[in-house]
Amino acid sequence: MSFPLLTVTAVVPAAGAVITAAVPAARKTAAKYTALLFSLATLVLAIVALVRFDPDGDRYQLTESHAWIKDFGLRYELGVDGIAVTLIALTALLIPFVMLAGWHDADPLEDTNRRWRPTQGFFALILLVEAMVVLSFEATDVFLFYIFFEAMLIPMYFLIGGFGDRAHAGGEEEAARQRSYAAVKFLLYNLAGGLIMLAAVIGLYTVTADQLGTGTFSLQEILAARGAGKLDIATDTERWLFLGFFFAFAVKAPLWPLHTWLPNAMGESTAPVAVLITAVVDKVGTFAMLRFCLQLFPDASKWATPVILVLAVISIIYGALLAVGQRDIKRLIAYASVSHFGFIILGIFAMTSQGQSGATLYMVNHGISTAALMLVAGFLITRRGSRLIADFGGVQKVAPVLAGTFLIGGLATLSLPGLAPFVSEFLVLVGTFSRYPVLGIIATLGIVLAALYVLVLYQRTMTGPVKAGIEGMADLKARELLVVAPLIALLLFLGVYPKPITDIVNPSVHHTLSDVHKTDPKPALEAKK
Amino acid sequence: MSASLTGTAVHSLWTVAAPADKFPAPHIEYAQLSPVLIVFGIAALGVLVEAFVPRKNRYTAQVAVAAVGLAAAFAATVALAEKGYGTTKAHIAAMGAVAVDGPALFLQGTILLVGLVALFTFAERRLDPRAHGSRVDSFAAQGSAIPGSEQEQAAVRAGFTSTEVFPLLMFAIGGMLVFPAANDLLTLFVALEVFSLPLYILCALARRNRLMSQEAAVKYFLLGAFSSAFLLFGIALLYGYAGTVSYAGIASVVDGTAPMTPALADTTGNDALLLIGLAMVAMGLLFKVGAVPFHMWTPDVYQGAPTPVTGFMASATKVAAFGALLRLLYVVLPGMRWDWRPVMWGVAIVTMLAGAVIAVTQTDVKRLLAYSSIAHAGFILAGVIATTPSGISSVLFYLAAYSFVTLGAFAVVTLVRDAGGEATHLSRWAGLGRRSPLVAAVFAVFLLAFAGIPLTSGFAGKFAVFKAASEGGAMPLVIVGVISSAIAAFFYIRVIVLMFFSEPRPDGPTVAVPSALTSTAIALGVAVTLVLGLAPQYFLDLADKAGVFVR
Repeated sequence: MSFPLLTVTAVVPAAGAVITAAVPAARKTAAKYTALLFSLATLVLAIVALVRFDPDGDRYQLTESHAWIKDFGLRYELGVDGIAVTLIALTALLIPFVMLAGWHDADPLEDTNRRWRPTQGFFALILLVEAMVVLSFEATDVFLFYIFFEAMLIPMYFLIGGFGDRAHAGGEEEAARQRSYAAVKFLLYNLAGGLIMLAAVIGLYTVTADQLGTGTFSLQEILAARGAGKLDIATDTERWLFLGFFFAFAVKAPLWPLHTWLPNAMGESTAPVAVLITAVVDKVGTFAMLRFCLQLFPDASKWATPVILVLAVISIIYGALLAVGQRDIKRLIAYASVSHFGFIILGIFAMTSQGQSGATLYMVNHGISTAALMLVAGFLITRRGSRLIADFGGVQKVAPVLAGTFLIGGLATLSLPGLAPFVSEFLVLVGTFSRYPVLGIIATLGIVLAALYVLVLYQRTMTGPVKAGIEGMADLKARELLVVAPLIALLLFLGVYPKPITDIVNPSVHHTLSDVHKTDPKPALEAKK
Repeated sequence: MSASLTGTAVHSLWTVAAPADKFPAPHIEYAQLSPVLIVFGIAALGVLVEAFVPRKNRYTAQVAVAAVGLAAAFAATVALAEKGYGTTKAHIAAMGAVAVDGPALFLQGTILLVGLVALFTFAERRLDPRAHGSRVDSFAAQGSAIPGSEQEQAAVRAGFTSTEVFPLLMFAIGGMLVFPAANDLLTLFVALEVFSLPLYILCALARRNRLMSQEAAVKYFLLGAFSSAFLLFGIALLYGYAGTVSYAGIASVVDGTAPMTPALADTTGNDALLLIGLAMVAMGLLFKVGAVPFHMWTPDVYQGAPTPVTGFMASATKVAAFGALLRLLYVVLPGMRWDWRPVMWGVAIVTMLAGAVIAVTQTDVKRLLAYSSIAHAGFILAGVIATTPSGISSVLFYLAAYSFVTLGAFAVVTLVRDAGGEATHLSRWAGLGRRSPLVAAVFAVFLLAFAGIPLTSGFAGKFAVFKAASEGGAMPLVIVGVISSAIAAFFYIRVIVLMFFSEPRPDGPTVAVPSALTSTAIALGVAVTLVLGLAPQYFLDLADKAGVFVR
């Protein structure tokens, strides 16, 4: 048996979580370094997986397969395609930055209670989320995926509810109230989505049990059986099952009108946790659309495409419009994310190779650019003690580096050419336009609005006269620069040279497209003939 | 009237001399009934201990006797299963009164283990502050003393404790062992009464809040008596229909395989007897299960009863009652499937939804858990309705998983205390996670298991019953099930929010440090929750193997 690289990639952060949690209360710094060390080890493993992955090889590589709960047809089956391995690398890359950025976020205000260990908890929970996200990217058994997709909510919930933003206009009590509201809303939305998916998972089991003799959740077995003509899901059943799965992923992604938990959750949590939500956890939703919705239910996916595309375009425009209207920096970024997830879903369901490659690339780029913007915003907010845009002004005069990095993060968010998100947004739009020109044109409006909300945000907070409360603001410290600089370097690099990622992703995208029996539309002139 | 009739002749009109060979001594397979016999024997021994052992030694003697008895009975159950009585040698013992088969042994084993853990919580004496120098448990000093009276104060001063609870517990367990194994309707009824009566008394014996406890007991008793009456009436009607109380006999009459006699031809022509009888028997069982609309007693009784008793009732009663319900529906009335399934569908749907929705509004931990137990009864019913072999095994598995979570959760409730005893109002639990992270974390694990979050036993159980229901063609039930799970998740999560995200109140409750007894109960609960969540295969296999009823 070969080395179980994928399992180890998930076990390392999980073990790190346990060890970090066990560090004694007084040794806060030791706990932080332990957690950071484990996240770096995970990053190394993820890079090894990325290197060992052969883009031209089998569809799923590094596979592992063991029986787990026979009675449920549940197998411990792991495997990565190009999309998964890229997203695992993204996750492993972002976690150390999240930790560094949140280095002091969970320090207890006073050391009164020796048994209450928030710092250990904070870092352990981040590692636990990482382990579960990695496993859900790796799982090729539908049920196994479901388990981690759901279980992930619990540590995430504690991160949102337990470690809120200390900068709150309404004071400590109001902050606690809104925080727990946000955490509960997050959990209920996602749990409801997940439970609907559970019904569909059970339905899938029943269908496979009926037609194959034994029920199975293995993606590869199901695909093979369908390829051999042994499995043929009735049209109606397939549509219901598709809807069950898609609903869960649309909540997670999030897609309008199921997005309302995101601004609350991102607004009330600390900036690093907000990054964890939008850049890491939510990616599981869009990833799962590609891996499970399209592959398991190709016909139903095509059937639902028009509606989903319209919802995606609404997400783009609606998210951008609401971002323009926000007065709170973090909520603004949250709505910007809603808009960006619209682009990702648009790219996935445009069913063109450019669209899907673009969408995958978009997931990576959105992760990096949002992380950069949000983390800098977090530094800014911690310094001022307020999230309201109106409380800032003229920051670039007192903290030029902070302002500069904020600007680059913002420009990446609005997809400035030369920065990574531009490439992916362009690919998504081209991919959409070649099949749905009208939707492509409307979606382009999202870019215009993005320019508006980013630049207005920058103008109000960074330029103009120095406002009261800003005068003594310190510039970025070494630790903070260590967080921001690599992210910006990556944005620049991938903006100029995205080939390393597209090379890995493209073969997987073609596989997925062939599952749904879609080929790219011919150029317009040829098609007319 | 002719004069030639003598006295004997008149008598022979309504009596007949029994020929000696028509009335054999009943043949009892003592070895196969050993678990039940051991428990009843120990219960009787407990009564003797109560009568003859000096008061200061009674507690130790009672706990030791009961623990040994339960362990021995469990060992006997395992031995029977090892010998194959659960599978190949399954048969009906004691002249057709008791079945010895897979489901019976599985459920008896579960009940015995649950009983043993419950015994630990019953025997806990570290939580309540010492009363006049002596350690006391959660039970009244003297059950017969009127609350607030001189007599009660005297009993408390003298350091009395109600050691009667241990034999009562054993009698209840004994009845519960027979209940799911009962193979005729009369045994079913007797078993029901044998386990219900001790429970009524146990409910009334709380040390604190005695009036509430007695009120709970009276409610439970009245409603329980009512449901027993229904059950008994149903039994009479079924007897009237089939001419027998034996499960197999009724089943063959329902199937039409029984040899037709003129008497049978008279009664079987009319289905009303059968249908009404069935409905009434089912009502009696659904009452014990706590299914809507027969659930009214649950919240009051759960709240008022001493918490160890509540934990025991919530787990063991449910196991026993679902076992009996399964046997009734699968052995007696499979031929009636098309009649009872729609009704049970309705009951399951209403139970799941009502349990989950009403729980949302609760402010007391024990009442919350009561409504949650109602919702869970609905989930289990979904598995019952499947009427497939996997339906049986999934219900067995769910019951085992659920009962340990429940016991553990109620054991945690006994720890959180303030001056007035247990602090069960939810607002008092605010910030518990900051004061005692470990206790709060353990309770959170139980709540997550109740909510059916993956990697806990609750999820494995829920998935098993929903899968069975879906295979049995009850997909709508599965959908209602997941919707109510989502609603239920809300209030479980709310408690977690309260414990971890709220500031502790300055006058908040303290967490008592329990003795090894309650710690063991809680630790076992956590262990079972995680093991059944992560690696349930062995237990699923066990339930699968045990999933065949003998007829």
